[in-house]
Amino acid sequence: MTIVYDDRDGQDAGEVPVRRIRFTINGAKKVAEVEPRLLLAHLIRRGIGLTGTHMGCDTTNCGACTVLVDGTAVKSCTMLAVQADGHEIETVEGLATASELHPLQEGFKEEHGLQCGFCTPGMMMAAKALLASNPDPGEEEVRWALSGNLCRCTGYQNIVKSVLWAAAKLRSQAPAATDGSEQ
Amino acid sequence: MTQALDEIKIGGLGASRKRVEDNRFIRGRGNYTDDIVLPGMLHMEILRSPLAHARIKKIDTSRAWQIPGVHLVLTGEMMATRNLAWMPTLSYDTQAVLATDKVRFQGQEVACVIADDPYIAKDACEAIDVEYEPLPAIVNPEQAVAGGAPVIRDDKENQADNVIYHWEVGDAEGTERAFAQADKVSRLKLHYPRSHPSPIECCGSIADFNRATSKLTVYMTTQAPHIIRAAVALVAELPEHMIRIISPDIGGGFGNKVPVYPGYVCSILASILLERPVKWIEDKTGNLISTGFARDIYLDGEVAMRSDGKILAVRMHCDADHGAFFSDAQPSKFKIGLLHSAFAAYDIPVGHITARGTYSNKAPGGVAYRCSFRVTEAMFFQERMIQAAARDLGMDQAEFRRVNFVRDDDFPHRTPFGFLTDSGQYAKCLDVGLRAVGYQDFLKQQEEARARGRLLGIGISTMTEPLGAGNSREYDILGIKMFDSAELKVHMTGKAIVRTGARTQGQGHETTWAQIVSHELGIPAEDVVVEEGDTDTAPFGMGTYASRSTPVAGAAVAMVARKIRAKARKLAAHLLEVSEEDVEWELGRFYVRSAPSRGVTIQECAIAAYANMPDGMEPGLENTAYYDPPNLTWPFAVYIVTVEVDPETGVWDVLNMVAVDDCGVRINPMIVEGQIMGGLTEAYAMANMQFITFDADGNCVGANYMDYLLPTAWETPGFELHSEVVTPCPHHPIGAKGIGECAAVGGPAAFVNAVMDAISPTGVRNIDMPLLPDRVWEALTYHRDVSGAPPVRSDD
Repeated sequence: MTIVYDDRDGQDAGEVPVRRIRFTINGAKKVAEVEPRLLLAHLIRRGIGLTGTHMGCDTTNCGACTVLVDGTAVKSCTMLAVQADGHEIETVEGLATASELHPLQEGFKEEHGLQCGFCTPGMMMAAKALLASNPDPGEEEVRWALSGNLCRCTGYQNIVKSVLWAAAKLRSQAPAATDGSEQ
Repeated sequence: MTQALDEIKIGGLGASRKRVEDNRFIRGRGNYTDDIVLPGMLHMEILRSPLAHARIKKIDTSRAWQIPGVHLVLTGEMMATRNLAWMPTLSYDTQAVLATDKVRFQGQEVACVIADDPYIAKDACEAIDVEYEPLPAIVNPEQAVAGGAPVIRDDKENQADNVIYHWEVGDAEGTERAFAQADKVSRLKLHYPRSHPSPIECCGSIADFNRATSKLTVYMTTQAPHIIRAAVALVAELPEHMIRIISPDIGGGFGNKVPVYPGYVCSILASILLERPVKWIEDKTGNLISTGFARDIYLDGEVAMRSDGKILAVRMHCDADHGAFFSDAQPSKFKIGLLHSAFAAYDIPVGHITARGTYSNKAPGGVAYRCSFRVTEAMFFQERMIQAAARDLGMDQAEFRRVNFVRDDDFPHRTPFGFLTDSGQYAKCLDVGLRAVGYQDFLKQQEEARARGRLLGIGISTMTEPLGAGNSREYDILGIKMFDSAELKVHMTGKAIVRTGARTQGQGHETTWAQIVSHELGIPAEDVVVEEGDTDTAPFGMGTYASRSTPVAGAAVAMVARKIRAKARKLAAHLLEVSEEDVEWELGRFYVRSAPSRGVTIQECAIAAYANMPDGMEPGLENTAYYDPPNLTWPFAVYIVTVEVDPETGVWDVLNMVAVDDCGVRINPMIVEGQIMGGLTEAYAMANMQFITFDADGNCVGANYMDYLLPTAWETPGFELHSEVVTPCPHHPIGAKGIGECAAVGGPAAFVNAVMDAISPTGVRNIDMPLLPDRVWEALTYHRDVSGAPPVRSDD
């Protein structure tokens, strides 16, 4: 990132401290130079340009900015970009492949689990973390796992159905042997 | 031989078609305002007042200007030199853009900074020094009219006190006479607390003034782009054809994104001054403490009854707290909106309502939070009053409603306050709801539980809501009549684009408008693309709020499709070489009446409109319709809730919630159910936890999501929805009525009535929302009503 300032007789921006970090996002390795105070959510949105990660509240309540860091659901507005140094980040843009939607994405569409769509990426990432640790959750477990994510449109009933839909599809796809266990 | 089209298969009326817009949202490819990046774009942040009421003695911006990366610091003084320190409101008052003389509520916009980066802009805001002289704060109507109260709006000539208006409707004398003849009078007082719509996405804008073309483009979170274009033309004195408002994807609106906010105006001025795009994205605290709130009214009313349960008359007084500026975003000519829709579902001969509006040191901008304006308050009071009256009379609350309902054969029905309700099957809806919840069984269980010290309760709420403003006779915004519009262009291959003056914020217009076209023309819904939100391309319309999209814009879509069909019929006659009178229509196809196998499809008519039109016919298959509804639509609903209250803690749990909605014909049942569930959740939120209030100094309590609680998946109860009662709207082209807001309007009273029923042995008449555990505990422990009016008590 380059910022050009007006020259005001020496009062320029030479003092901004910058740290270099390395991380992986949706499988791609990146290097970034960031202010230590930069939030991870802003690095993802403004630095990398992945705008599917939304910001709703700035206080870690709404969960619209939820991403996975090394597989754990994290609210990226409450993590500094420098803390992502050496870690693997996954965002909503990493869910689908070129040819195929992730079952969570299909489930949200099938069960009408979204309306305005603003909370949806965070919901799906939180749900992905749940399904990685619990492939066959009950309704109560889904509700608990998503209780860090706010939705103002749907009333959650269809979101819960969407996650259960995805869980069923993932289980039906899972080969008996290996593969997919790293997620 | 062609086979008749299956309307459900082509995604027509009644199909639970999967949503088109989901395809981008589930991929994280939505395009919300904050996602837009323009070349050379700068960032704006707002400095807000920490005090609720104070004189500004001095603003020193010199330190902010010194910070590298800062391009502009705007203050009220600078705005004033361009006549932009104040702006007109939608309720014919004025509102400060940036404060000059005083700050009048906590969070008021005082200055803003435009910089290379939002972090720099925030730093610079902190470097602005403002010297305030604090003044006493007013946080409720009682304080506003007390002797010696400071005059909040001392900027206005002829404003010697804090009263904004007095208003009344109905027949005072007739009501008085009816009360004199009553066997029983029942009274209820309550406060419908201030609430905030709080969409997850906050407000924001990117103003982009291009000096070379003199064109101003503004991307912004607005539910009503054309209204904004008109407002910008008036406020900023720019020519309307040089203003383009684009409303990208909106992360929820609920009424919050109807008004014009100072941030929009400042970003526009900054872009004009700097000739660069300027982005402003509000933070959550800014959204909660400064943008359009809802409710905050005090209602005191009574009903006169005969001993057999018949209601003879009703009267109410309303004290409305409007905050620092009277900037209610509402389209009616009535000062207190549609509050007088109260009791519209009941056959009551006479009534009288008085209202008084006052200023306070609280955020301005009353909005219709998921309702037609003030209908939520009207229905809430109505249903709380009905429950109290039934109890006073010793009558079963369901039976009391049944006795007083407007009957199915009484429509159209004129209410005592002048509305004309059009249709409904009220008693049938109630029966469906009572059966679903197992009413009689529950009453037995309740009695048994009570004997063992457990507190069960059942709450009923009914509502009929005047939805779909206007008609244009009675409804306008800034004088612009409340119609709406649709433009339909059928391309030569039979594919089509439809544009409307509405703006979806999650309601699924991209899916449902195509279904209406499909229903009218037989073009598969997947062949119709929907576009909204760009004032340079969309036909003029009044936007989406007050559940008006389907009643007005949706009607316009049907009407424009019918215009297209009328032209296609001429083309069909030409292609079939018969006269137009001999042509019959079935879904997607015209045929010769005497030879049904001879026909042409709508797609064949489409290509003929471009390639084979008859001599003298204007080419093309495009049209526009403006729809001015003859009346509002009147959906009806019954909501029934059962709860259990913990007598030790005051915590209450929902056992069951049944919703019976009659919204006429459903375009997409899946989407309608989604709207109902969302509305029920907001109703639960208002009844249970959503709490934004003020302390005695005017500090806002509930200024972030740690204090202003929204229910999560964990708290939100499950809902049982019923759709078996369908009363088509008699005047809507496809028989639909509004639905987006019904559950949020009618729902709160069902929850509160259930809790009040559970604790009825205490004799307590009212606990103000939200029914927080400590309030319920107080009522249970001390057997007294519990007020929630500000200032908030120190132990809350």
